[in-house]
Amino acid sequence: MNEKKRGPVPTGAHYLDGDHACAEGAIAAGCRFIAGYPITPSTEVAERLAERFPRIGGTFIQMEDELASIAAVLGAAWGGARAMTVTSGPGFSLMQENIGLGVMTETPCVVVNVQRGGPSTGLPTLTGQQDMMQARWGSHGDYEIIALSPSSPQECFDLTVTCFNLSEKYRVPVMFMMDECVGHMTEKVVIPAADTIEVWPRRWYRGPRDKYLPYAPDKDGVPPMIRAGDDHRVHITGLTHDERGYPIITAECQHLCVSRLVDKIRNNADDLMIVKEEQLDGADVVVVAYGISARVATKAIADARKKGIKVGFLRLITVWPFPEKKIRDLAGKVGCLVMPEINLGQMYREMERAAAGKCRTLLVPHCGGWVHDPNDILKAILEGAK
Amino acid sequence: MNPDQLVGKRGTPDFHPMEDFLRMDRMPHIWCSTCGLGTVLTAFIAAAQESAIPREDIVVVSGIGCTGRAAGYLKYDSFHTTHGRAIPYATGLKVANPRLKVCLISGDGDLVSIGGNHLIHAARRNMDLTVICVNNFNYAMTGGQAAPTTPQTAMATTTPYGAFERPFNIPFLVDSCGATYVARWTALHVRQLTISIKEAMLHRGFSFIEVISPCPTVYARRNRLGTGLDLMKFYHDHSITKNFASTRECDIKFQQDIIVGKFVQKEEPTYLDSMEAQMKKTLGAKFVPYVGPMDPAKDK
Repeated sequence: MNEKKRGPVPTGAHYLDGDHACAEGAIAAGCRFIAGYPITPSTEVAERLAERFPRIGGTFIQMEDELASIAAVLGAAWGGARAMTVTSGPGFSLMQENIGLGVMTETPCVVVNVQRGGPSTGLPTLTGQQDMMQARWGSHGDYEIIALSPSSPQECFDLTVTCFNLSEKYRVPVMFMMDECVGHMTEKVVIPAADTIEVWPRRWYRGPRDKYLPYAPDKDGVPPMIRAGDDHRVHITGLTHDERGYPIITAECQHLCVSRLVDKIRNNADDLMIVKEEQLDGADVVVVAYGISARVATKAIADARKKGIKVGFLRLITVWPFPEKKIRDLAGKVGCLVMPEINLGQMYREMERAAAGKCRTLLVPHCGGWVHDPNDILKAILEGAK
Repeated sequence: MNPDQLVGKRGTPDFHPMEDFLRMDRMPHIWCSTCGLGTVLTAFIAAAQESAIPREDIVVVSGIGCTGRAAGYLKYDSFHTTHGRAIPYATGLKVANPRLKVCLISGDGDLVSIGGNHLIHAARRNMDLTVICVNNFNYAMTGGQAAPTTPQTAMATTTPYGAFERPFNIPFLVDSCGATYVARWTALHVRQLTISIKEAMLHRGFSFIEVISPCPTVYARRNRLGTGLDLMKFYHDHSITKNFASTRECDIKFQQDIIVGKFVQKEEPTYLDSMEAQMKKTLGAKFVPYVGPMDPAKDK
């Protein structure tokens, strides 16, 4: 490989696992700063970037822990870099406070969580989807977050680019909720030509320097950003702040500050909603799934269709914000929504809430350590079709 | 610098000689009267001017606590981060944008207790940061709890019968971890502190300055040490300047002599120097140095 001649993006078909595909997606998205700390099963992302970056002008730093990794990523983002960190369950827990700082200071960055079984040290080498609620609510306080979930190594590449784009557009840390199976699954990954990969720019402020207000939003509720060192003399704080970025410790300012952080995601939910729909029209039962569970569900769906059951499939790629509207619409049309997930009911509760009693909802739980037996999902589909 | 320049407009009642470097629209500040933090800001601004480092290159990062508010009053690009994480945040700023002169002003609790792991690793890496650690021997913002710097026998709200844990000797800690510039002064040593901050800012590598600072409202009051002025008198009578003293000898005991001075100053490869040297050696012509941060002028 000679990156100097060919450029940083290795266009072509590759045989990659999800972790490596994620690393290549970050490179394709223009990420040139990674801070990380080793943790199974996410380490391969950092390892590949540690190897690739010095050949393409990126910089990798192995920090002393995950608290430091996420803090360095936030600092790097304000320094002007497109920045990412990679971790798994225990490290994700350690990062939560600073994810909150990233939300509060509206810092674009990507946090990859290659999920494993928990709680605690749990199953370091085996899969889980048990951090889905933590991705949404893990940091203290009220906020909205964006999270995507891939079902294949190809999506690990494609959606890592999307994560960066959304983080820049909405100025929020974006959670990339992989899992051990997808991370360690090796498949064909096609990397497009670099100039065909859509990479959205940072929302740079282009007005006069002395007029910059760090938190004066554009029409979509998101403020433009500057780069440290360019003489704007900004103050950026995790305290509740006004448009100047100055701490104002009052209920009034809290209302303005926090409601905008929430609204900029909620009001644009349609724009960032990515779902894949299959045979929803006329379906009696719809399987709603994400990540590796969606992959496993396809077998159960095919088996159910062979039995003559009208089964639709809604695959969630955007998991946060939750596609409420979509679920609400479906609930009025179908008999039952079935969700398999590798936890004991996290996204299922969101689905149940959104369905609001307009149809039945069934959970196919799994404690983690392996994927579902497709027959368990099939059983739920058959039950739902009754 | 000629101090007359600094106070050129002294006597005009509505003018602060450093107001161009302070966020005057945030005054009054939250710090107590006779707290040492005002002195630290004065020394910092004077040192930054004297260093002749372009103002826009200077970035200030703070953690949480009384000292954590320093970033919010300084009119530079400034970041008020989470408790303990000022150093890794600053590390990200520096590594992503190596042009920046990244300075930290934070407290002993923030840097040495909750942020202790980051402190030792930044010193080990010889990360090119300037750290000003304001040590008031306790957690003042939260009302005067014991810190890992509280001298044995001193009173704090969480040591109501007197502190008994051994405190850190911070210069020794950072020296032994590889810091390449280490100094300690008190809030009384304004000129020496200013010179040290300037030297630290111009130093390549991990520079660390401990500033012993009066906390009249909680630490001094609880320990019946008098007013802020009494503490300054104590520093005057009990500071012993010993440049290049062995940091091992710099323990601070309750109301005993404090060794101050510049203890360490040496040239060693910084984190970025070491990385570049190793990459060049191993990768040769294939090494592509860091492209730097995105450029707002080109990123469209």
